[in-house]
Amino acid sequence: MPVRPLNEEENPLSSAPEQSATSTQPRITSAAEVIAALGDRLVDSFHKEDLWLRVRTDAWKSSMRTLRDTLGFHYFCFLSAIDWMPSPFGRGEDDPTEPTPVRDTTIRSGYAGGDTRMQVFARVMNPVTHVGVIVKVDVDDTRPSLESLHDVYAGANWHERETHEMFGITFDGHPDLRNMYLPMDFEGHPLRKDFPLLARMIKPWPGIVDVEPLPGGGAEESADES
Amino acid sequence: MSLTDRLLGDRQRLAYIASQAADSRLNVELETEGMTLNIGPQHPATHGTLRIIARLDGEQVVWAEPSCGYMHRGYEKLAEVRTYPQVTSLVNRIDWLGSFANEVPFILAAEKLMGVEAPARSQHIRTILFELSRIANVSLFLGDLGVQMGAITPVFFAFRDREYVLNLIEGATGGRFHPNFDRIGGLKDDLPKGWIAETKAVMKKLRTFCDQIDDLLFGNEIFQARMRGIGVIPRDVALQYGLSGANLRASGVDWDLRRDQSLPMAWNKADWKVWTHPDGDSFARCWVRLQETRESTKIVDQLLDTIPSGPIMAKVPKIIKVPEGEAWVSTENPLGEMGYYVVSRGELGPFRVKIRSASFNNMSVAPWALRGVYVPDIVTILASLYFILGDIDR
Repeated sequence: MPVRPLNEEENPLSSAPEQSATSTQPRITSAAEVIAALGDRLVDSFHKEDLWLRVRTDAWKSSMRTLRDTLGFHYFCFLSAIDWMPSPFGRGEDDPTEPTPVRDTTIRSGYAGGDTRMQVFARVMNPVTHVGVIVKVDVDDTRPSLESLHDVYAGANWHERETHEMFGITFDGHPDLRNMYLPMDFEGHPLRKDFPLLARMIKPWPGIVDVEPLPGGGAEESADES
Repeated sequence: MSLTDRLLGDRQRLAYIASQAADSRLNVELETEGMTLNIGPQHPATHGTLRIIARLDGEQVVWAEPSCGYMHRGYEKLAEVRTYPQVTSLVNRIDWLGSFANEVPFILAAEKLMGVEAPARSQHIRTILFELSRIANVSLFLGDLGVQMGAITPVFFAFRDREYVLNLIEGATGGRFHPNFDRIGGLKDDLPKGWIAETKAVMKKLRTFCDQIDDLLFGNEIFQARMRGIGVIPRDVALQYGLSGANLRASGVDWDLRRDQSLPMAWNKADWKVWTHPDGDSFARCWVRLQETRESTKIVDQLLDTIPSGPIMAKVPKIIKVPEGEAWVSTENPLGEMGYYVVSRGELGPFRVKIRSASFNNMSVAPWALRGVYVPDIVTILASLYFILGDIDR
């Protein structure tokens, strides 16, 4: 087979370096367009450099389909979940000989709000305009489940498997929800906040015992320095 | 005419049809009994420990499924109990061949939440080190590529020349593989004396290395026969699976995060080019990487000439508390788009970190890409998709 060199002149798909992004425009230019296309399926949105959207749980798949087909968000970036409950174990720095401190476990959601403890979120991009959106959706607390996106974005398959094992969220219609990383008989969902990080539980974190004093006074003072 | 038809080149379309035809021929032409072939976990083509279970019909793969998790270290969970500066030493180990590049998006995300921007000098040096880790990473790929097809020579060239780059990284950061050099608000240190001149000499060597690999591998007829038209991933499939980096550009998508988003980095201060290839086959993926290595050496050369003077660190508090908020930052890492979704609650450490690593998505296309191929092509397709196990499993 002869070598077919593709030099700069005859490669129509490569771009000229003059087009380098020097603009400081925000990544989202069509937030209103996205919001209008989703209509009443949208619960809330938040716009700050990126665009965060929150859609109704029952309209999750149809919203993603609209994003892909109508608005050209063809590139699937990732899908994952967040557990908004603060960890009852704190940062795993408790001294086991002391009584457990009382912690605030109020659930506060992030951008674009939320009504449930756990939220699934995904990011998709338009490969032509290079605009991306982050879409969030609430999942039910007692029976966390959601429609699978594997037939909208094929790449969601593995991401949903990972989210399933790490958060215990089931994806209806997913072809194969086997564990991605953990053994099949693993109990619990490691990325939920109420799953303790065992390495920190069996032995106190050495960092709290020998804290070196910072130059120029205590921690609080230096934090206020800026 | 469907969207797919319009976007595919002729070569891509033919190869796609051929693979579809091969698919439908299975079990009709060959009355061979099915067989399961295990590739790995220990296999030279797997860059770590990845097991691939392939169901064969004669010499053709009916179905193949990568089995991950041999190197799962749970960085997302571990990051939740660490402070922001401590996380860099974890994420360093995700893609271990280009460690510095892993630190950058996380630090940028934290800086974005804090509203801090690194000084121009450290932005420049960050970009130089970022590109050096890309060169170190991809030069190993180019050498390793030959080994997987039975060509022994290129890998010796690659290890020899990669060492020059690693020495530079070690000289500047103190760490050969895990620099842990990036700080919120800048860098740990300035560049050592004589480093700039040495880097220029090494970039010259690396360009020679690229030419050698171009002759040795890409001009080789056997290499071409085993790579051209094999493992074709069309544009729409690549986008759906979230392929990124050279894998996506080899399918004809002109998209490079270094060029197409504005980050406080210095890529837009250099004159360079984003390479794409219309074919989407194994050859295209490797070829795009080779060109990118050349471009990277050019970026480094240009940036070395224009390093601005000034401080190396912005003014940040000694104890770093990141204000409440959420940020997503991704960069064009050696393997593709690597991003961090950082959720902060105004504490010392992140509340949640979602690590979007390139290889996870790049690998998820494997069951699709491996269907209907012949057994020897499994290795070349996997090699050309280029993944690093730490980057899949995290």
